[in-house]
Amino acid sequence: MIQSQDVFRVFQEHRGDAIVIPTGTSGRHWREFSTNENRDLNMGGAMGQTTSAALGLALGLPDEKVVLFDSEGALLMNLGILATIAGKKPENFCHILLDNECYATTGGQPVPNAQDINYAGMAKESGYTTAYSFDDLEEFATNVEQIMRDTGPVFVAIKVVPEVENEPIGMRVRVPTRNRAETIRDLQSELGISND
Amino acid sequence: MVEQQAAVLSPQALIEEFEKNGVTHVVTIPDSETNYLYELMKEEPWMDIVPASREGETFGVALGLLVAGKTPVVLIQNTGMMESGDSIRGMVLDAGFPLVMVVGYRGWNRHGVITDSAATYTEPFLNAFRINYYLVEHDADSSRISTAFEEARATKRPVAILVGDEYHGFNR
Repeated sequence: MIQSQDVFRVFQEHRGDAIVIPTGTSGRHWREFSTNENRDLNMGGAMGQTTSAALGLALGLPDEKVVLFDSEGALLMNLGILATIAGKKPENFCHILLDNECYATTGGQPVPNAQDINYAGMAKESGYTTAYSFDDLEEFATNVEQIMRDTGPVFVAIKVVPEVENEPIGMRVRVPTRNRAETIRDLQSELGISND
Repeated sequence: MVEQQAAVLSPQALIEEFEKNGVTHVVTIPDSETNYLYELMKEEPWMDIVPASREGETFGVALGLLVAGKTPVVLIQNTGMMESGDSIRGMVLDAGFPLVMVVGYRGWNRHGVITDSAATYTEPFLNAFRINYYLVEHDADSSRISTAFEEARATKRPVAILVGDEYHGFNR
């Protein structure tokens, strides 16, 4: 398993101008490495549907690279999205799954069949153009440049170390971050998008 | 004896309303009554159809498209709308974007007793989510679709179109 911070540190070098959508417990670390906050987007709001929103964004902005850092708990809530994404074939979409094998934010209970699911296999058989699996940082680092060059939809499954939280929700320390509306406003401003 | 054809909501009327209101994408799971509409939509070069696997997805996809500056509509059946409750809450109501959702009103009947629970719970569901809605039964009602778009834009909220006769006229 890989520390999610290491995944982000390696990825940042190859990010370019991509719009990045982080999710889940592991995704929080992205802000420690991002150097282009205006292209970081919070699309959370309903567990399992950030993936759908990322697809919508990729379809709506075909000239922008869209990279989603998904989590396996969320993906399992909406597995049909793999077929939906594969069906629309967004060439600009890179779907990276940070798989910590558990619901880290609720105390670390394992997701169903946590250790024996082949997410990359499911994505590939659903019709993604390319799919990768990594459990080793060096392998990911060796391939990330190619991953960002691949024609999408690309799927990348990475085993990451869980960061389990057991404190009651109200006692958890949170670093202030931009909320969803603020990240949307900043991205739309960056890209000159208006809904009026 | 002259038989008068029953007035129905034609698929073409829906498409004309979509075009008039600048729709770019239709995010949808077709139901049994919308195949002809689906076929017509495929012919329209200004419209991209996004087929989803489950109705909850449609609201997430629509949010992404709205952030990208597009104008999607969601086209689903009432059964799928009810399955989508948390998506409607988190991806639409909380997001503050205008969205028209066209919902096939399965089981609805102007005459007689409604026996399909899909219809029984449709309006209570929308009321619980405080989503305003307009019933559209035939072409003469189609201006309500533009009304729904105007209201969605003005309020930055979802507005539902309930298609009461699902394009075939069986329910009258």
